[in-house]
Formats: sequence, structure tokens, C-alpha cells
Amino acid sequence: MADVGKTPVARNEKTNSEFGYVGIDAILEQMRRKAMKQGFEFNIMVVGQSGLGKSTLMNTLFKSKVSRRSLMTTEEDRIPKTIEIKSISHDIEEKGVRMKLTVIDTPGFGDQINNENCWQPIMKFINAQYEQYLQEEINIERKKRIPDSRVHCCIYFIPPTGHCLRPIDIEFMRHLSKVVNIVPVIAKADTLTLEERDFFKQKIRADLRANEIDVYPQKEFDEDAEDRIVNEKIREMIPFAVVGSDQEYQVNGKRLLGRKTRWGTVEVENTAHCEFAYLRDLLIRTHMQNIKDITSSIHYEMYRVRRLNENNTQPNGQTAIHANSVPEHEVLSHEM
Amino acid sequence: LQCSSELMVPLLFPSYILADPREVIYLDKIQFEEGARAVPLSGHVGFDSMPDQLVNKSVNHGFCFNILCVGETGLGKSTLMDTLFNTKFEGESTQHNQPGVQLKSNTYELQESNVRLKLNVVNTVGFGDQINKEDSYKSIVEFIDAQFEAYLQEELKIKRTLHSYHDTRIHACLYFIAPTGHSLKSLDLVTMKKLDSKVNIIPIIAKSDAISKSELAKFKIKITSELVSNGVQIYQFPTDDETVAEINSTMNGHLPFAVVGSTEEVKIGNKMVRARQYPWGTVQVENENHCDFVKLREMLIRVNMEDLREQTHTRHYELYRRCKLEEMGFKDTDPDSKPFSLQETYEAKRNEFMGELQKKEEEMRQMFVQRVKEKEGELKEAEKELHEKFDRLKKLHQDEKKKLEDKKKALDDELNSFKQKKTAAELLQAQTQQAGSSSTLKKDKERKK
Repeated sequence: MADVGKTPVARNEKTNSEFGYVGIDAILEQMRRKAMKQGFEFNIMVVGQSGLGKSTLMNTLFKSKVSRRSLMTTEEDRIPKTIEIKSISHDIEEKGVRMKLTVIDTPGFGDQINNENCWQPIMKFINAQYEQYLQEEINIERKKRIPDSRVHCCIYFIPPTGHCLRPIDIEFMRHLSKVVNIVPVIAKADTLTLEERDFFKQKIRADLRANEIDVYPQKEFDEDAEDRIVNEKIREMIPFAVVGSDQEYQVNGKRLLGRKTRWGTVEVENTAHCEFAYLRDLLIRTHMQNIKDITSSIHYEMYRVRRLNENNTQPNGQTAIHANSVPEHEVLSHEM
Repeated sequence: LQCSSELMVPLLFPSYILADPREVIYLDKIQFEEGARAVPLSGHVGFDSMPDQLVNKSVNHGFCFNILCVGETGLGKSTLMDTLFNTKFEGESTQHNQPGVQLKSNTYELQESNVRLKLNVVNTVGFGDQINKEDSYKSIVEFIDAQFEAYLQEELKIKRTLHSYHDTRIHACLYFIAPTGHSLKSLDLVTMKKLDSKVNIIPIIAKSDAISKSELAKFKIKITSELVSNGVQIYQFPTDDETVAEINSTMNGHLPFAVVGSTEEVKIGNKMVRARQYPWGTVQVENENHCDFVKLREMLIRVNMEDLREQTHTRHYELYRRCKLEEMGFKDTDPDSKPFSLQETYEAKRNEFMGELQKKEEEMRQMFVQRVKEKEGELKEAEKELHEKFDRLKKLHQDEKKKLEDKKKALDDELNSFKQKKTAAELLQAQTQQAGSSSTLKKDKERKK
């Protein structure tokens, strides 16, 4: 007789069962198994002027060299003349959970003298990922799992001026918050005192509200009351004031990640010093799945609707199959 | 500077393209497998919570599972469902006089700890009851296809809500085999063959307490060999995940499961168990020596429910979608190997369709005009005929009239001439008389003289 596993004695759960345990909740374990086998994907983009510590922050977040640092020699150490978009993927694994992490860097952003429309190449890139996914999705023969290169999260680095958002910040976030989840952070926050930091944050939040910029977690996508409570707390804290470091120092007998200066050591993971830990928890430990869900079910769907409507004569979203009542056809104008 | 050894691993710059200073370039085709390299972590990052995050989201959402029970009336389908899910599903037992096979679907909300399951049980009502069973499988196939179609429609919509879509696609088909002890009926073979590419089939021997143990073993072997020789693909429990590979492969060898269902409790020893009580003994449902019910429950619910759902989506649904779209004329690439977008093909199809409609309309209009013309012609003809007739008649009438008038004239003339003659004759007579009388007178006078 095969070992079929122990059938537990009848448990009196809050079920409508009269006899005993069915085993429906075993599906959770089945799902977990499947997820572990498949692995996860996460694509994160960093945007900000050079020198704001973007690469360092990525390395700190993922505790490995996932982002190319400026360890280059002086010949290569240059500011690009235009915005480049560089995407680097890594396979990381933790306790049996495999993740394909893609960090998308945007060197050259905000570094030119004339930064007009600096957000455009980035918007184009993001839309190109949506397009690629859409194309695969509408294939007749399509892959079992469509590779997901869509940008799940865009971290925007705000320089620690202490005053308010600059026009470039507002322009960028205004345009991009409509297509991707934006998480603004105050970079190199160890140059601000706690009071300056609070003041800066309030100004930033006011600026965001004034310009109707919806950053992650967006209010309209809160699913239920519980969600809202958790997200409100987060919304009261953004933008996170972060410090990044990939060097460890001895502090009070422990080895900690930090930045050592003559007047003290900033501990990266100490929430009294900076808010890196909150950012990490938000992005990785609690809301990663939610970030991906919002990207796929809201941002991507919006792109898809726009795209499929481009060539439809009817703007009210009826399917092309049932378009028997369409009085006229239009010439296709989009390019692939 | 103290750095841990991992952090000092020199970077091998992965492939990226340096920008031409005049251009913005980006890598827009990120290959999935190549390009990613494994990187060791120097500390706890925390994404090992991802499976939990995923599971939590699913728990909030709830699950759905759809089972189709195919089998002749009276094989204990409803009872088995009750037994499997520990509830009393409502519904009366069906009659045997159905004119055709119908599918009745019932949805139930079950909950166990924090898992909410929307269970959909579809029963084939009247299966096997007809005298002519040639078309029995058709309504089942149509039903399964209809669920796929509904999902496909939702997927193709422009504004769609896939993540909150209530999935009605059949995840598992329990095929109830009658416990004859001999072999599969031809109805069973035909039906299973039609269904095996559309749904995960799990064959079970119903009411298996009617078969003795030795007969059961022979029966199972016979069934399996018949399925193989007829090329019927039944669902195989997956053996690629090492955690469940062993148990699944063992269970694959026990198919088809011989089950007994019962919702009645009988006291055995000092426990109440679900069983069927006979004068000669009691068949305990959950006793693995008595029947394979526990195996079925284990495989269907506790181990492979998620895999059944995944196979339905990635294999059966994809096959349906591919066939349906190809049938509608969509292709992935055209002869010049330029990939079509579904949108373009929609447009093209729509144009084609409209064109056809217009053509049909033209044709109908032409036909109508033609008919009208013909009718007009006919009517004109008739009118002409009538006129001619009228003219003829008129002429005839005139001729007659003329003839009559002539005749009348002739008669009149005759009359006149007669009259004349008569007058002349009378005159003559009168004259003669006078002359006679005068001559008589004269004679008389002479005589008198």
C-alpha cells in the first residue's frame, strides 16, 4: 500500500463540512511548491542624476554587485552625452527561492545642460517592454510563460537639496507615474539633519499632491480597508530618505553596513539613521508581489487598451471581433 | 577597509552596448536565459518571502475549481462529490428519461481554515440513457468548449479584467466507469477519446463495491490496456517535482481508482465512519483496503489541484485558443514572414467580413431589381394582351354593329320598296277600281241610254 500521507483526524474548522477535513487548504502548499519551482522575476529601474548613489543603493538593497558601480578607469568614467538605458540581469537565490533580478540603469538622465524631454527615452523604453509582452501575448503559438521584462518599479532619486522638488523631478514623475510604479527616494540623506529631512519630505509630498502625481502605493489601487491602513502608513513616510553602502564597519562589536566619516558612522540598516530598511521592506519583503500585480493588471492593461484602441474606430472598447456595427474602417497607421 | 570576500569579487561586465553619443539606444529584447548570471548574496535580502506574498494574494482572492462528472445515470456521481467534499450538495436524483445529454452546473462556496474555494460541479444528466447514444459526447464537448470560448473572449477584450475573472473552465473530468468487471463500453471509449485533448481525464470505477478484489485487478488492467490501445490520453499525475514525484508515480499505477461513495455514517468499533452497510459486511469509504477513495481525494485535492488547474490553462486552453484563432484565419506570420499583429488581423478580418456583407447586400439588391424587372415585364405583357383583347373585341363589336346596321338598312330598304310597291299597287288597284267603276258607270249610262 502506497504511503498516501496521514489523513488527519477530523478537525472542527470553521467549515461547512459535517464529517471532517477535506484538504482544500493543501492548495496553498501546492502553490508554494509551484512558485519555488518556477522562480520569480523582478525588474527595477533606477533614475536620477549621476552621483546620487543609485548603483550603491541597488547593491545595498540586493546585497550583491547587481549594478555597475563607477569603478571604472578615468577614460571610461564619463557622463554620457545622451541618456542611455542599460539593463543587467542576475539570478539570485535565497532559501530555495530563485529570482531573476533585472536592474535597469539610466546614466545620463538629468546630466545635460538642456534636459528637456529627458523622460522620453525612459518612457519609450518602458512602453517597449509592454509592447514586447503584448506581442508575445497575442501570438497564436505562445510560450508557456511569457518572459516578463516589464518595468515593475522605478526608483527616482531626489537630490538632497532640502528645499523642494525641482522642475525636472516634477516633469519626470508627472509623466512616468502614469505608466509605471514610481518610488521616490531622497538620495544621500546623510547630508540632511532630521528636521531638514522632515521639512523636505513635507515639501515634496505637497509638491506631489499639487501636481497630482500618484506615486506607489497609489491610493486608487488600495484593495480593501486593511490594505489602505498599511498603505497610508507608507504614504506618510514617502519619500524614503536613504543611504546606501556596500562596505561593512565594526560598530559596537557588530559588523554593519555603513558609511564611515570622521564624525561618526552612518548605519544603513538602522532606522534611526536612515530609512533604507523601510524601503527594503517595502520593495522586497512585503510589497514586491503587489508591485508586480499593479504593473501587470493596471499599467500593462492600460497600455494594451491604448494600443488596441489606436486602430479601432470605436473608442468605447468593444472587441474587434464583435465590431459588426462599425460603419467604416480606418487605415492602419501604427508601426510595429 | 574591511570588506567581506564576496564583495571583492571582480565584476565581469555583462554585455551592454555603449551609446553612440548621438543616439539613444537601449536593449529592448532581453533574453530570458542568457545574460543573467548567478550572483551570490552577502546577506539576507528578504525576497524569500515572495512565495508567501504570492500565496497571501491568492488567499485573499479565493480559489476556484471546476469538476466535470461524466457517467451514466445512477453511478453515484453526486454521492461521490458529497463524500469528497464532506458536504451535502443539493439536488434531487435525476430521471432516466432525458431526451439528450444535458449538463447541469452547480457552484458551491467551501471554506477550510483561511482558504475559500469556489467549487463548481458539473454533472452530465442523462448520459447513457438514450437508445441511440451516438451524439452523447457532443453536448459535453460543446460545454467544455463554451467555457474555453468564454475565457478566450474575455482575454481578447480590449478592456478586460482577467485577474478577477471567474474561471469556469473545467479543471478535472472524473469519468465514471460502470462496474461491469469486463471492459470499457464503447460509449466510454468514444467519449473519452473525444475529451482527452480538451480536459484532464481521471477515470474512476464507480460503485466498486460490486466487484471482488481479484476481478477488480483484472478489470483495471483491462481498462488501462484498452485506453492505451485506443490512444486515449488520461491525466498523469506530474512527476517532475521531487517532493511529490514518488507519490504521484505510485498513484499513476493505481489508475483507474475504484471508488465507493457514501455520506452515511456507521459505527465501527468506537468510531463513526462513512460506510455502506450490507448484511454481509460494511464497506468503509476511507479504508484503503476497501476502495481507492482516499487515493482519489489525495490526488485530486490535496496534491494536484493546482497542477490540474495549470494543465488546463497551459495545455488544453492554449490548444483550444490556437485552433480557434487559426480557424478564424489568424496567422502568426504572413508569407513574407512579417509578423502580423492580432490587431491588424482583426482589421483585415473585419474588412473582409464587411466586404462580404456588402457583396451579399449587392447581390440581394441585384436579385431584387432583377425580380422587379421581370415582374414588371410580365405585367406589361399582360397589360398589352388585355389591350389587344379589348381592341379586338371592340372591333368585333363594331363589325357586328355595322353588319346589323347594314342588315337593318337592307331591311328598311326592302320595307320601303315594299311600301312603295304596296302604295303603287294600292294606287293601281284604286285606279283600276275607279276605272272599273267608272267604266261600269259608263256602261250603266250607256245602258240607260
